Amino acid sequence: MIRFILLQNRQGKTRLAKYYVPLEDSEKHKVEYEVHRLVVNRDPKFTNFVEFRTHKVIYRRYAGLFFSLCVDITDNELAYLECIHLFVEILDHFFSNVCELDLVFNFHKVYLILDEFILAGELQETSKRVCIFSYALTIPYIL
Amino acid sequence: MNPFSSGTRLRDMIRAIRACKTAAEERAVVRKECAAIRAAINENDQDYRHRNLAKLMFIHMLGYPTHFGQMECLKLIASPGFPEKRIGYLGLMLLLDERQEVLMLVTNSVKQDLNHTNQYIVGLALCALGNICSAEMARDLAPEVERLLQFRDPNIRKKAALCSIRIIKKVPDLAENFINPVAALLKEKHHGVLITGVQLCTDLCKVSPEALEYFRKKCTDGLVRTLRDLVNSPYAPEYDIAGITDPFLHIRLLKLLRVLGRGDADASDSMNDILAQVATKTESNKNAGNAILYECVETIMSIEDNGGLRVLAINILGRFLSNRDNNIRYVALNMLMRAITVDAQAVQRHRATILECVKDSDASIRKRALELVYLLVNESNVKPLTKELVDYLEVSDQDFKGDLTAKVCSIIEKFSPEKSWYIDQMLKVLTEAGNFVKDEVWHALVVVISNASDLHGYTVRALFRALQTTAEQESLVRVAVWCIGEYGDLLVSNAGMLNVEDPITVTESDAVDIVESAIKRHASDLTTKSMALIALLKLSSRFPSCSRRIKDIVVQHKGSLVLELQQRSLEFNSIIEKHQNIRSALVERMPVLDEATFGGRRASSLPNTVSTSSGTAVKLPNGVAKPSAAPLVDLLDLSDDVPAPSSSGGDFLQDLLGVNLPPATQSEGTNQTPKAGTDVLLDLLSIGSTPAQDNNLSTPDILSSGQDNKPIIASLDVLAAPSLTHTTSSTASNMMDLLDGLGPAPPKPAENGPAYPSIVAFESSSLRLTFNFSKQPGNPQTTMISGSFTNLSSNLFTDFVFQAAVPKFLQLHLDPASGNSLPASGNGTITQSLKVTNSQHGKKPLVMRLRIAYKVDGKDVLEEGQINNFPRDL
Repeated sequence: MIRFILLQNRQGKTRLAKYYVPLEDSEKHKVEYEVHRLVVNRDPKFTNFVEFRTHKVIYRRYAGLFFSLCVDITDNELAYLECIHLFVEILDHFFSNVCELDLVFNFHKVYLILDEFILAGELQETSKRVCIFSYALTIPYIL
Repeated sequence: MNPFSSGTRLRDMIRAIRACKTAAEERAVVRKECAAIRAAINENDQDYRHRNLAKLMFIHMLGYPTHFGQMECLKLIASPGFPEKRIGYLGLMLLLDERQEVLMLVTNSVKQDLNHTNQYIVGLALCALGNICSAEMARDLAPEVERLLQFRDPNIRKKAALCSIRIIKKVPDLAENFINPVAALLKEKHHGVLITGVQLCTDLCKVSPEALEYFRKKCTDGLVRTLRDLVNSPYAPEYDIAGITDPFLHIRLLKLLRVLGRGDADASDSMNDILAQVATKTESNKNAGNAILYECVETIMSIEDNGGLRVLAINILGRFLSNRDNNIRYVALNMLMRAITVDAQAVQRHRATILECVKDSDASIRKRALELVYLLVNESNVKPLTKELVDYLEVSDQDFKGDLTAKVCSIIEKFSPEKSWYIDQMLKVLTEAGNFVKDEVWHALVVVISNASDLHGYTVRALFRALQTTAEQESLVRVAVWCIGEYGDLLVSNAGMLNVEDPITVTESDAVDIVESAIKRHASDLTTKSMALIALLKLSSRFPSCSRRIKDIVVQHKGSLVLELQQRSLEFNSIIEKHQNIRSALVERMPVLDEATFGGRRASSLPNTVSTSSGTAVKLPNGVAKPSAAPLVDLLDLSDDVPAPSSSGGDFLQDLLGVNLPPATQSEGTNQTPKAGTDVLLDLLSIGSTPAQDNNLSTPDILSSGQDNKPIIASLDVLAAPSLTHTTSSTASNMMDLLDGLGPAPPKPAENGPAYPSIVAFESSSLRLTFNFSKQPGNPQTTMISGSFTNLSSNLFTDFVFQAAVPKFLQLHLDPASGNSLPASGNGTITQSLKVTNSQHGKKPLVMRLRIAYKVDGKDVLEEGQINNFPRDL
């Protein structure tokens, strides 16, 4: 089960934080800080899996953004690596060559996409097309 | 336009915030926005509610508190329109979690939305529920979700399935309700529904054993078929990743099969074919393929045994190990650790690769590989493996050294084939990483060294050489100092040379030099310095020519601010100066330390060993072997002796029987001596632990503290006598210095067996009788007493006759006295031996009545008395 998903840039700013386990706000900040520290200093040659408290974090770096997934110890790491990549591809497709700024200004859409892709800490849909063209995303609103 | 009115668009606010150069500016902007939003909330502004919530969400992501917006989420969810509901649910998921009570208020809205005619609104509700529902909400809304598992739209079905996962996690009792709908889900064709159905099934099986049974019986075949279809399916662009159709579904199916097949032979059988197919056909040049292979290997390892499959699995792992990608290797090492329990042989084949991984640059791989190597060690491969590991110890990182050292030490300990190899390896480890070595480890090393008597010379020379080259590692210094102290004579005399050794000439002063440098080293800590001092004392006895120099070194610490060093320095100095006659007895070679005891004690976690400040006085080892004598309770009856003649007076015996022997007066004296540590080794290293049990058992009662078992010296008041220091007196030096000036009298050496303090059996103004005790080992009932009479008056005593009476349960035998005239003023003594056998040994202590007759200037004098102060357990 996925416990949380974090998107952070190299400076530590959180661009997306989705928690599937209940945590206080202060705990959330602590977690974000710790994960960022853990992930930002790792050599690219090292594995993409780090032990974090009693779970593990699977992360991948795309340009200036770190995508981190915290999962249970017994989960298949390679599968979640693929999962991260699929999510990035979906975002890429949706925003057409996504960049960090897209994620900042359209964060509500990113959350909607994520909710189509992962629900309750488990994978919901493996098809890019379904995720992107879900009805929820088609209705625009003026914000 | 005022940029801070609630009319601002979301993106303008974001731009404004990003334009801030400092944190203070940002805080100001955020504060203004929040104020505007709060005002709008108070006015119950409808038009911009969704915009305000979106702004709040952004502000929340920046890290500011946004609790005032929670009710807005509820209002938005309750609105009729889809866009409002959408942002409302999004806000709900972001700003709230299941622990907040506000969540309960949403239950009704969610229930209505679950029954909505617009299926997309149903989807929104399911999504929110699946992410943050609490246990109460789960219970309330479970029936709705169950119904939705059979909804016409597949998207709703898949969301309902995942929502159900959360529900059964929160409320496991509801699991039964979901079993039937799930069985239907497993037959779906839509990938989304299938994958979520499979996940729900997996979690159901974890939560409920009935579900597991049900699915195992009914669905295993269906699942196998599904997987086969998937593996054989043609190219499907929608789900294709790296040439494999929907690898995620592959992985989930394999996981479910694993759960179903574990522990059940039939289910496992039905899976064999498909597992073999997946294992062989999947391409492993891309991550997706490797992920599937990994899952497949895990499944093969978990289900019931099938030899061929297992071999296949281990081969895949072997391939993974030689993959250049670190991720793959990490994953392989992980799996191999679990595979060892299943098939150790196969894993051994990959030992070389695993050893390479120990030296990898990635820390997680190193750690995993080290644990794996530890599991792989057995008697046949321990030597080459250890060599590799010890070689690597030299070049490893500091943070890894600790782990590596601990593992290497335990490998060496568990598997060492012979003592010399053990000592060699430990020496290497100590030289490289002594600072990481735990105390138990080098204690054990010392025990082994002491047991390997033929290797003493070799060991001490090797240590000497090691110490000459590196003196940084604390443990190495300690062990070396101890050995040089103990076996210094072997070092100098080159005794016991082994063939592999190079000859080395060490003079006495070299040895002293090196120990001195250990003391002088700034980095040496208290334990090391204390050990060095003792070693010097030993050397002063073994190398008398260096005595003077050693004394000078020792004396330098007289004024040390550390109590332990000061005490040692003073005491040792005194021994060297004034008590040469007992010095050699004090520092004789230590007896062989009992490995079993130490092993046992180590297993029961030694107490903290660095507490040299416990104030234990120095315990010097003594030539007499530590008595591993028989326990006191065992009595052998040796009653063939004629009891002493003066059995006159049955009334004596009546009186004597039932006498309650008070504890000996020695106890007061011995209280002053600090706790004597039992085993000599720990004493030597002046570590404060005093394990209670042990083979040392004399007179625990005499010493009021239950732990001591070295009987100590007579109390201060009775010190005039020769019975000053007793046999295994460990605090000899201590007492002697306190009573300096009373003249060192050589202690009566004890015979074998446990030692008992001597007592003054009888004392009057003109006569003193002192008893010294000993027992034969194996004969605890019988005590040999050596009585010594001293004439305290200035008159000569003649015709000296001593008689004694004992109660019925004792038997007494008196040997003839050494003489019958006692010179005056203590100028000579008469000794007489007695043998007492206690048939009630352990239950009743000894008592004795005496009658002494002598003549002074022709006049008869009779003295009588009763001895009550025998040591308790004679």
